[in-house]
Amino acid sequence: MAATGNILFSGVGGQGILLASEITAYALLSAGYDAKKSEVHGMAQRGGSVTAQLRYGDKVYSPLIEPGKADILISFELMETARYLPYLHKESKVIVNTQQIKPPAVANGQIDYPVNALDSITDHGIKVVRVDAFDIARDAGEVKAANVVMVGAMSTFLPMGVAVYEEIINTRVPERFREVNLKAFAAGRKITD
Amino acid sequence: MNTNSLWMSGNEAIAMAAYEAGVKVASGYPGTPSTEIMENLSKYEGVYTEWAPNEKVGLEVAIGASFAGVRALATMKHVGMNVAADPLFTVSYTGVRGGLVIITADDPEMHSSQNEQDNRNYAYAAKLPMLEPSDPAEAKKMLKEAFELSERLDTPVLFRITTRISHVKGIVEKGEMMHSQAECGIEKSPAKFVMLPALARNRRKVVEERMIELTTIAENGEYNRIEEGDTKRGFITSGVSYLYVKEAFPEAAVLKLGMCWPLPENEIKAFAATVDELFVVEELDPFLEHHIKAMGVACRGKDCIPNQGELNTAIVRASIDPDSVAELFPPADLPMRPPNMCAGCPHRGVFFNLSKMKDVFVSGDIGCYTLGFLPPLSAMDSCVCMGASVTIAHGMSKALGDAGKGKLISVIGDSTFMHTGINGLINSIYNDSNSVLVILDNRITAMTGQQNNPASGCNIKGEAANAINIEKLCEAVGVKHVEVVNPHDINACKTALKKALELDEYAVVISRAPCVLLPEIKNAENIPYLTATENCSGCKACVKLGCPAISWTPMTPEDAVAKGYKEKQKGYAVINEVQCNGCGQCFALCKFDAINRKGE
Repeated sequence: MAATGNILFSGVGGQGILLASEITAYALLSAGYDAKKSEVHGMAQRGGSVTAQLRYGDKVYSPLIEPGKADILISFELMETARYLPYLHKESKVIVNTQQIKPPAVANGQIDYPVNALDSITDHGIKVVRVDAFDIARDAGEVKAANVVMVGAMSTFLPMGVAVYEEIINTRVPERFREVNLKAFAAGRKITD
Repeated sequence: MNTNSLWMSGNEAIAMAAYEAGVKVASGYPGTPSTEIMENLSKYEGVYTEWAPNEKVGLEVAIGASFAGVRALATMKHVGMNVAADPLFTVSYTGVRGGLVIITADDPEMHSSQNEQDNRNYAYAAKLPMLEPSDPAEAKKMLKEAFELSERLDTPVLFRITTRISHVKGIVEKGEMMHSQAECGIEKSPAKFVMLPALARNRRKVVEERMIELTTIAENGEYNRIEEGDTKRGFITSGVSYLYVKEAFPEAAVLKLGMCWPLPENEIKAFAATVDELFVVEELDPFLEHHIKAMGVACRGKDCIPNQGELNTAIVRASIDPDSVAELFPPADLPMRPPNMCAGCPHRGVFFNLSKMKDVFVSGDIGCYTLGFLPPLSAMDSCVCMGASVTIAHGMSKALGDAGKGKLISVIGDSTFMHTGINGLINSIYNDSNSVLVILDNRITAMTGQQNNPASGCNIKGEAANAINIEKLCEAVGVKHVEVVNPHDINACKTALKKALELDEYAVVISRAPCVLLPEIKNAENIPYLTATENCSGCKACVKLGCPAISWTPMTPEDAVAKGYKEKQKGYAVINEVQCNGCGQCFALCKFDAINRKGE
């Protein structure tokens, strides 16, 4: 039995993490994998740190990723990436949207934003792919598609081809957003291809 | 995934199972992690669904439907079962006509709750069977079985899920439609349904006989199964903990309990006899462990496995095999990112004013507005349970006497007021309280994700419904001073609060403005406010609102001079145009003409 793959999505409530994790989950299911995904709703969604945990393999039991076992960390906000350092291992792939969203203590002027937060990851020899997902999404025609740019950038690390994702965007995304999401996906994929 | 398979959350799967089971009436009060069950069930044809004002009401509605001979469902979060406990303990005696299932969604780790009570204890205390699935697919299958069991044994069935079932997605199979074995209609069975002492004593015996029958069912392996494996260590487990055991110790022998009450004593003893060492793995209380030990079976459990918070594979493995722990990268030192009230949230206007009243005790309640506790507002001094804001302030007023005059404010949302705030208000009037009640009426149950409530004017499906008029209700129970304010008008809000505190009688202030996440507000044309940064004096009045759309840009003295500010100015405020919802609270606070509506 192949080992279970673990994808950790991180960011801030409202960044489109749920859609990104759904597209990825459907792609894995299309490829014949079993999968489980864990989300947190309620209090945690009001602008706080959020994660989605996606696991796939022949048969998935636990919906939660163990610390030290995330194969991919896909982060939608710069400093939130570093929050999940204990989930990484030496071979983890880390993909980061370089957008910065100030947490309350930074917005209030009490402390500075930790602009070098990714150093805590690269210091351990883990490679980090930085993606200016907002700019890329804007060029594709819609800043809100930044999450799909990120899915595209991650797609080269997963065992499914482009056609699988295109099929999912065509069937799962409302028609008026399809075109721009397909473009955003392709632009994201180009970064890591 | 085949064509019969769906990718669904546990709550979506449970809603589908309720539909397939032939549920005709379902009632509940929103509460994380249970909320999406009712939301999803309301989309199916042929099922009557409603949001009840609280869980006791919801359960009683479901009991009524069961007495009328249809399958009925009540949903609640763990703490909701405390509210519903009164009917729960007696419906155990009456039994059912149509199948009745009561879902409790527990929240180990308190992701969105004020405590992490383990509601398996209710099954023991109320003498009811409890089923406990491990994942969405099993939840779907098991809920349908729960309705059959309910009718077969004439018993309400408790169904326990946790956050990692409710909010986990997995592959779920579509199933066959079922229907109740009972007939819908009025059937008078006073010996069964009228629980006055003489009749209840008879039903009390029935409950014990039923528990014996249930134990036989548990022994027969309908819900429980042994998975053979390495007998050096054996595991007894249930719910989501089963999944962690399967990953941490894939080779081990496991007794998986799908029915966590009553327990199959013979099966447990037989399983224990086959293994060298027995571990009981369960989240929260040593519920199984205590009952298994009471059978005289030696086992280990909470001596090594935490009794607080969620478990996961790593915790289970490390608890049992401490030597197996792999070294992890240390956590990075980062600022916290707690949840916050949204940009434009009407609650902020009230809490900003409360934050200035340092000698006032703010008795808080459960909802988005509990976030008023967090800095920079830090304007909540207690929060216990739904409705307790009103009653705790009253209790303090009686304890403090004159020393509490003008210093006690309770703060409650519209939905929480409907839930259990009204009774407290009646008590405050009846027993002549000397405190002020602020009702934060944002027209919706916001924290759980925008559910309608009796004051919203819409039902669960979003159709027009009778709306309770909060001010008339307050007047009807005898409140003489009721004032409605717009919380975005910071200064008017301050005046209303001060006036209410100064009065010699109980006063209610209704802070009324819709939640910014309501679709009609979110999709309405929004004209944001912008900072004229050149006018900003760096006073931070707006920053102290704690609005996520407002941030502080620090400056060095050189920066300040270069940008044309006074050398001693330490920074300036900036409004993020995309995030701003145009509420105007910051505009009302700015004395330097540095904030203006876009285009004005």
